[in-house]
Amino acid sequence: MKGKEGTWRLAWLATAIVLGLAGYAIFFVAPPELRQGNVYRIFFFHVAIAWGAFLAFFISFFGCIGYLASRQQEWDWLAVSTAEVGLAFTTITLIIGSIWGKEIWGVWWTWDPRLTTAFFLELLYISYLMLRVMIVEPDRRAMVSGVFGIFAFLDVPLCYFSIVWWRTLHPQPIIGGAPGTGLDPRMWYVFLFVLVGITALMVVMIRERYRLEALRRQVGVLAAELEERAAPDESKGVTA
Amino acid sequence: MNLPRSAGAVLAKELRIELRTRDLTHTVLFFVLMVAGLFSFAFSPTADESRRILPGLIWMAFFFAGTLMLQLCFVREQANDTLAALRLAPIDPFAILLGKLLANFLFLAAAEIVFVPVFSVFYNVSVLPVLGRLILVLFLGTFGLAVVGTVFSAMTAQARMRELLLPMLLLPVLAPVLIAGVEATGELLVPHPSLAREWVSMLAGFDVIFLTATWLLSGFLVEE
Repeated sequence: MKGKEGTWRLAWLATAIVLGLAGYAIFFVAPPELRQGNVYRIFFFHVAIAWGAFLAFFISFFGCIGYLASRQQEWDWLAVSTAEVGLAFTTITLIIGSIWGKEIWGVWWTWDPRLTTAFFLELLYISYLMLRVMIVEPDRRAMVSGVFGIFAFLDVPLCYFSIVWWRTLHPQPIIGGAPGTGLDPRMWYVFLFVLVGITALMVVMIRERYRLEALRRQVGVLAAELEERAAPDESKGVTA
Repeated sequence: MNLPRSAGAVLAKELRIELRTRDLTHTVLFFVLMVAGLFSFAFSPTADESRRILPGLIWMAFFFAGTLMLQLCFVREQANDTLAALRLAPIDPFAILLGKLLANFLFLAAAEIVFVPVFSVFYNVSVLPVLGRLILVLFLGTFGLAVVGTVFSAMTAQARMRELLLPMLLLPVLAPVLIAGVEATGELLVPHPSLAREWVSMLAGFDVIFLTATWLLSGFLVEE
């Protein structure tokens, strides 16, 4: 167990170093952008964190399916850990995205497809977490939130397409977009570096949250055991 | 028992309960009139404006009426623990959900039959020339609301503060229905109405996807 703990501590350290270096690279290695100047530097973290959020929700979806298929609590722990980390990442994506939007579009918020979808993702997964708070019994909670998790995830593409059919203000994808668009090679390297750092951060955060869920379960089991042990003493007290 | 017969039996039971108690009918009728009145205080629209905001008002009012109605669908079973009896019946768990969701659909549709004329009169918007297409749009949207609402009602029946919880779960998931429903209804109320194919297919897609998910997950939803 101890060796495992040490490995995770190393993983945290490595993540911190990569993210520190990524921060440096964003400001000092990547060149300024042609039209946006320095403001575009938000893009590195914005896109990487958004990617992390989607990946986390995707894993959460499989956690929900895994629980319903196997009834193993571990799947439920995975589903809730990833949902929480995904939610945190979505919130950060929205906040830094809106800082960029204020500078480039002149407004903090606009009801464009991607923003609106991210906003609904946020709402859906807040409801997922609220649902969990409202159901006390662990097996029932895991089952009900598993079903809701699947419904919520199925809803995401529908949300996205329904919103896309309004209009688009969000910049079209630059990576892999039309010819003539694209990133400077130095920007590419910096972006990949940030992406690795953020994905690693997502993994270590999910792991910590997962461990917390496991510990909570352990505390629950111990508390139940204690109660059981205390009960015979009480009855003894009554007979004496 | 095969699926249609057992679902039909559950549906008949739901309708019989409603006919005897009239709980939903009375509250929802009152709710409809109240909302139609309050909205007009809040917006006091001219004829042009009301044509623009009416689709949104109609769908928001349906959604809130729906969350009120759907609440009862599984809570009703708790007083005498009758869900246990339904579970013991040798039928597919999907039949229980299907019966209940059809009942909810009929209740919502009945509310709409009152709702739409009232709104049309209060806001001076004529719906008769597009009635057939409007019914199609309302049918698809209401069915989506009934499917997801019934499932979530089953999920939250045993939760704490379920009255608060159900709308919070339901409304974000229904966002695509709201957008598509409002847009499709809006296209029908303009001077040259047309049926918006993409919005109608969005509504139909929503119904198919979530009905399938309900069918696949029904075993989990009805169990203890």
